[in-house]
Amino acid sequence: MLPINQTLGSYSELFMLLAAGTYVVAFLAFAWDMATSGKTGQRDAGRLAESKAASAKVPAMAGASAAASSASAGGADDAGRRVASSSAVPSKGATVADPGLGYTTRRNAARIGVALSILGLLIHGAGVVTRGIAADRVPWGNMYEFCTTGAFLVVAVFLLTLIKRDLRFLGTFVLGLAVVMMVAAAVAFWTPVGHLVPALQSYWLVIHVSIAVLSSALFTLTFSMGVLQLVQARRESRIAAGGADQGGFLGLVPSALTLETLSYRINTIAFVGWTLTVMFGSIWAEKAWGRFWGWDTKEVWSFVIWVVYAAYLHARATRGWTGTRAAWLSIVGYLCVIFNFTVVNMYFSGLHSYAGLPTS
Amino acid sequence: MTLKTQNEKTPKEPRKPRQRDREDVAVPALGVLGMLRWAWTQLTSMKTALFLLLLLAVAAVPGSLFPQRPVNPSLVTQYLKDHADYGPILDKLQMFDVYSSVWFSAIYLLLFISLIGCVIPRAIAHWKAWRSKPPRTPARLSRLPVYGTLVVPSEQRLGAEEAARQAATALKKRGYRVDLRPATVDGGPGGKAALASVGAERGYLRELGNLCFHTGLIGVLISIAIGVLFGYSGQRTLVEGDTFVNTLVGYDQFNPGTDFQSSWLAPYSIQLDKFDVVYDRESPGHFGQPLDFTAHLTTKDSPGAAPKQQDLKVNDPVSIGGTDVYLVGNGYAPVVTVRGGDGKIAYQGPIPSLPTDTVYTSTLVVKAPDAKPTQLGFVGFFLPTAVKDSNGVAYSADPDPLAPQLNLNSYVGNLGLDKGSPQSVYALDVSKLTQVNGRDKPAGGIVLNAGQSYTLPNGQGSISFDGLKRYVALDVHHNPGQVWALGFALFSLAGLIASLFVPRRRVWLRFGDHEDGRTMVEYGLLARGEDHGLAGEGKALRAALAKSWDLADPVSGAPGEAGQAQNRTQSTSGKGS
Ligand code: HEM
Repeated sequence: MLPINQTLGSYSELFMLLAAGTYVVAFLAFAWDMATSGKTGQRDAGRLAESKAASAKVPAMAGASAAASSASAGGADDAGRRVASSSAVPSKGATVADPGLGYTTRRNAARIGVALSILGLLIHGAGVVTRGIAADRVPWGNMYEFCTTGAFLVVAVFLLTLIKRDLRFLGTFVLGLAVVMMVAAAVAFWTPVGHLVPALQSYWLVIHVSIAVLSSALFTLTFSMGVLQLVQARRESRIAAGGADQGGFLGLVPSALTLETLSYRINTIAFVGWTLTVMFGSIWAEKAWGRFWGWDTKEVWSFVIWVVYAAYLHARATRGWTGTRAAWLSIVGYLCVIFNFTVVNMYFSGLHSYAGLPTS
Repeated sequence: MTLKTQNEKTPKEPRKPRQRDREDVAVPALGVLGMLRWAWTQLTSMKTALFLLLLLAVAAVPGSLFPQRPVNPSLVTQYLKDHADYGPILDKLQMFDVYSSVWFSAIYLLLFISLIGCVIPRAIAHWKAWRSKPPRTPARLSRLPVYGTLVVPSEQRLGAEEAARQAATALKKRGYRVDLRPATVDGGPGGKAALASVGAERGYLRELGNLCFHTGLIGVLISIAIGVLFGYSGQRTLVEGDTFVNTLVGYDQFNPGTDFQSSWLAPYSIQLDKFDVVYDRESPGHFGQPLDFTAHLTTKDSPGAAPKQQDLKVNDPVSIGGTDVYLVGNGYAPVVTVRGGDGKIAYQGPIPSLPTDTVYTSTLVVKAPDAKPTQLGFVGFFLPTAVKDSNGVAYSADPDPLAPQLNLNSYVGNLGLDKGSPQSVYALDVSKLTQVNGRDKPAGGIVLNAGQSYTLPNGQGSISFDGLKRYVALDVHHNPGQVWALGFALFSLAGLIASLFVPRRRVWLRFGDHEDGRTMVEYGLLARGEDHGLAGEGKALRAALAKSWDLADPVSGAPGEAGQAQNRTQSTSGKGS
């Protein structure tokens, strides 16, 4: 066991702070984008109306199709369309973003947000790596490290999806959550760099926790999308019922149906990840405590999360349960993930007492 | 597939009560069989599965809120003591045995019955689908979610039959199961005239995966049951120098499976030679945190076998005699000698103490029922590194034994050990004893540093602190089901991945010869279940065909496609309202 490198450890903490600061500015840029995009949406909607008047055919031209109404949606999109569910009927007249989630509008504030997120992620990456080198092990051995590494993955996964799809409408949520995680890490979970206690010295830590953190990062994305889906679905049905469109920002968000389909795709991957988390966890439990399942509090909640997301997958296959209800299940699942990470780690006693928090 | 499950169920719904008796309309006259069938249809419906899953999630929660008997029985006892008012009610509701409770079992058993009821008919249906040809070509391909046309110029002299054959080959290459359907003429075997067509389907693995996944879950459950029936586990604390022999009496606590026989115990033995702990002595934030626990063992497979040296660590069990031995805890065992008022040794040896914090402040109980003329008992603390705080109260400053100290109260009287009711070695009921030493007693508490001894007032006996050993807490487990559980879990996982990520698609192509010699081709694609790549597959297929027929610029050559593919979200899976 190499000695702890304290200097590097303090550099790591500095990087984390800088990254969090950068994320805050990125968050503000995305929020600015959100606040001003009402105008963009209206402008595009206006343009769309003009072009509609000009010709019955909507030209699938870049720029104009950003605000393509659902009537023209879907041209060459491969973003998974399936039968409209009751809650997600493409509504008449509601302006939504391109269901193919392509980049169509130029939004300067959002661009700044993305650029700052990338910068933040680079600094954050330096923080995670230096923490790992300082401790000479993987940087996910206590809650401070789960939080910082987890936030890193959340932002990284978000930026990776941005390469192919315009998910910038999620920026405020994702960066907001990342900031919350970083602040929680620094304030509530702060732990100096250190070696692992014997209970955590196992290669299963590397496997089990990394996949758990990755799945949680994916669940974070689908949670944000689920919330947006609910809001968008309400807007769509209000407009379908003849109400006025006060959407503003929501005009840049894809339809509830598109959100649902995309978050389903991500949730399937995350569900496989969580299944692996539970399986690897029980293999490790067998190695450490002699039984692969013992209903320890942490195990209980991992099981609850797994079952809730299994129910989500079932809901998607059950008539009358797609759309809004499925979104609620996905949200409840995520709340369980958060509960499992915070309350269960901090207040429930159990064998998984690896929070790394001072015992009082 | 989803659609099928949904729609195939519908016709099976209970017969409507016949209206032979008008007065009786309100009571569904289903009869026993009808009722059963109705119940079965309900139980195996997707809605019920969903409901039971959610119920299972909710039902699992109380197990994390209340202490559980199988996990920690003493916590339950404590809880019942602390909450005398509603504790017994919770106990009645089996809140302390959630995972073996009637209600929890009922939910998961229903779920698994529902699962079996779901899987069997679907397995049969899938078996049939597997053996039959892809479904017949729909009359109007243009209604499918992805549709397009291709025209092969007349110079190529391709012809519908040849085009169909080539398309079939191209589809086979893409992993489809293909059925080539030659053109029929009126009155022919097909009955009506039809153009040549190709029907193809791929992704049978999706449904198979789903079936494997659900069947695998049943396997996991059965494996767990096997473990409960035929496994066993036991605990033993072992002080340095002591030997554990794998017999029933060798255990401090033994939990046999329901069908366990003690003759299954292999007669191995384990001696703890030494227990080493390494503490972190360099990082300021984690000073004194343990870095390594190693138990050095001498093991023998049977009394006559050659001894073996083995190391036991956390996360690294020792396998012996069909069991696995785990290092689950450790602590200090101060060695004491207790003499009775008559000066004779009443107890001598190590006393395992229970650590209560990270610096090993430990509680311990010394019982000397053999002391004469009166029995002696001691209750107190062991501190590995005793330091006094500003109030003069001793506490432990470090987990290493730098200044070991015993702080004890003493009691005389009948310890009640011969009454037959088993008592924990870590607890002493002092309610019927007379206290001699203690902070608030005239004689004061007993404070012993290493090597010191103390004589009780009035010659009632003495105690000395002679040395210090460490002990380990071992768990011994035998679970014949766990390999199977792992196997089935992996099987399930493979099924899950196939079921979620293998797309199931159908493709049909129809071919016709134009009078001017051109070959006309139309194709349509349909996904079964969630499939975000269908349009992409349509494009790829189009490109493959265009390439084999040397058609330039396939995409712009398909004026219909972009328009046709638009907004065609209908009935791929039938989940619609
Ligand atoms: C132990 C309880 C169960 C669990 C944990 C579970 C879990 C899952 C999961 C994770 C999926 C999605 C992956 C896949 O498509 O294979 C799924 C799909 C499915 N399950 Fe279950 N299931 C359970 C019980 C049931 C029962 C009782 C039924 C029958 C009523 C059922 C019917 C289905 C069907 C039809 C699908 C396919 C959905 C689709 O086509 O998208 N499951 N199940």
